[in-house]
Amino acid sequence: MTDSINRIGIIVVKEFRHLLRDVRMLAVLTFFPVFLLLMFGYAVNFDVDNVPIGIYDGDKSEFSRDMRSALTASGYFYESVQIASEDEIFEVINANRAKCVIIIPENFSSDYHKGKEAKLQYLINGTDGNSANIIQNYLTSFTAGYSNRLRTEILEAKGFSAYTPVDFRPIYWYNPELKSTKFLIPGLMAMILIMICVITVALSIVREKERGTMEQIEVSPVLSHELLIGKTIPYILLSLLSGIFILIAGFVLFSVEVKGSYLLLFISTILFISASTSLGIFVSVISDTQQVAFSIATFISMLPAVILSGFIFPLESTPVAVQVLSYITPAKYYIITLRSVILRGAGISAFWEQLLLLIAYTAIFLSLANIASKKKALKL
Amino acid sequence: MFGIILVAPVVQLIFLGYAATLDLKFIRLAIYDQDNSRPSRELVKELEAGKIFYIEKYLSSYQELEESMQSGKILISIVIPQEYEQKLSRRETAHLQIIVNGSDGNAASIATGYISKFLSLYGQKYKVNLFEKSGMRPPPTGTIVAEPRVWFNPLLITRVYMVPSIVGLLLSIITLILTALAVVKEKEIGTYEQIIVTPVKPYQLILGKLIPFIILAYAAAMIALAAMWFIFEIPVKGSLSFLLISSFFYILSTLGLGLFVSTVSKTQQQAMMIAIFGVLLPMVYLSGFAFPLDNAPLFVQIVSYFIPLTYFFKVIRGVILQGNGFIELWDEALIMLLMGVIILIASAIRFRKKLD
Repeated sequence: MTDSINRIGIIVVKEFRHLLRDVRMLAVLTFFPVFLLLMFGYAVNFDVDNVPIGIYDGDKSEFSRDMRSALTASGYFYESVQIASEDEIFEVINANRAKCVIIIPENFSSDYHKGKEAKLQYLINGTDGNSANIIQNYLTSFTAGYSNRLRTEILEAKGFSAYTPVDFRPIYWYNPELKSTKFLIPGLMAMILIMICVITVALSIVREKERGTMEQIEVSPVLSHELLIGKTIPYILLSLLSGIFILIAGFVLFSVEVKGSYLLLFISTILFISASTSLGIFVSVISDTQQVAFSIATFISMLPAVILSGFIFPLESTPVAVQVLSYITPAKYYIITLRSVILRGAGISAFWEQLLLLIAYTAIFLSLANIASKKKALKL
Repeated sequence: MFGIILVAPVVQLIFLGYAATLDLKFIRLAIYDQDNSRPSRELVKELEAGKIFYIEKYLSSYQELEESMQSGKILISIVIPQEYEQKLSRRETAHLQIIVNGSDGNAASIATGYISKFLSLYGQKYKVNLFEKSGMRPPPTGTIVAEPRVWFNPLLITRVYMVPSIVGLLLSIITLILTALAVVKEKEIGTYEQIIVTPVKPYQLILGKLIPFIILAYAAAMIALAAMWFIFEIPVKGSLSFLLISSFFYILSTLGLGLFVSTVSKTQQQAMMIAIFGVLLPMVYLSGFAFPLDNAPLFVQIVSYFIPLTYFFKVIRGVILQGNGFIELWDEALIMLLMGVIILIASAIRFRKKLD
């Protein structure tokens, strides 16, 4: 037993020396998480404002001018092009000179004053669908609001009391300013950790195979599981360090603080790291070259972690098949846990299932790795 | 290896096509009805009727509300105040308390929009009913109605604009990472020295290393385009030849960047990490792939002008979705060509120096 621990210790020290000598790698692993965070914090934003629009005013009345100024007064839109004739409309959208063209038809004010429906046409470029969606929502609600306001004014002038029966003011918990950063930091942590654990662990093991040093290890008195443990411990420590960096950076740069218990955070992080590492070990068993290991690793770790974990896209709205598939990434469980602990300060009752899933995940992939290694007749 | 490179894109495309949606299809609610009157129950029933809102829980205290919000399973809690019925019957405004889980800002604002739309319609309907019951008829006034029409993606389906961009991403990943890796692999294995002593000229070596990846990238792109067409029914509306030519202009810069990464890394591990973290991820996030650039800080917008992928996305979306071609996009193509040539030549020079 003590011999075994000694041997593991020696491998840990050796692997650590390797890592420490590799300054570039260390720099990448410590600096880039913070860099990513910065990018996410400043560049990632789903909000839309200052939208360039074109207006074609076929009515040219005081009524239409009032409406136009109400629209641009909101600050969401600015008029980027003047459109003089209907023929230009297509050109303006197609060449992206405006994201949306508002067409005020000729009989706009006369229709309205006759008590009819006055139609406002909005042509929106749907190429950037998310923005288009937001713009469309904004424009429809602007129109409804504007129409209501006019109507209320008219009715009040005629002595009818106008009031809103049901109203509300939303209160946003956990993130009152609705900053995307707060939401993304837990996901980012999961992404970076899974990348370190799966990709670098898999590569560091496969590298030995590729260089042929595996045979040397096989003839040494080190047992295969000792080798694995020894090789993974440095990476586990490194990922923990990375995680701490992200938390500190998130706190300093974006004032994301951990609302819940640090102990729970630590436990779930360790469980996630073991799940990802076992995935990394599995990948290392089934691949013979670093290129293959890398391709498989990104394919089964990074991509699902980005797409299927709820990191960016809300899982609930996806088809059932995708929701079922989402169980293949441990990042999903970890992100749910992190959001509960970091953002909402929830206790273990909110996410204990996720922790169990992480443990099960580790068990499954370690046994898969074991089976695969026997099949490959590798003494790994 | 080739199998992985060619099959992976299609699988990714399918994943993303179905999973990538920022829309909310249904919203989990918790209701705390303090009034428990006929009108308040009616409101709840109406909420459910729309099929967007799903009532997960009925609450009986603020403490319960806090707990269920904390569990993260509920997006919105609605508190109907005690005097709800009274206020309505007195023709005053009844204020609901609406507590939104803001941790996902995007979902929170979309959900608030739905609620606000629902309540304003509900209020309208309520008033019309009231007028009709009392026999009073307000004088007719005109209304202004919005007729939004979305071009190029009328139903605003996320995958219609995501999937074409993924084709761009695939090209970037394959050319950038594989180039970086292939060169570093030789260093690592030690075959690099052998190449140096062979009578191959540096430029021949560079071309020889790059050409297979260009071919591979095109193969992957064609497969992805075909998958886009057959699986998601998104055809290339504009000029395919323009798309292919400008793809080549774009690939020049990713090949150059891959070559550059190979000159700064010693092991494949390093090359991979630098390629992903240092080049690929910044490029993706700062090019307008998922997040609109118009609203980013000025600094980010300026940076985005120096990223070839920004122009390539414009070309891809323009050609595939808008049906554009050379006439509309020649300037983007030209910028990509210039950037590509500069990056590739600079990296090749650096690479050659290392070789010498």
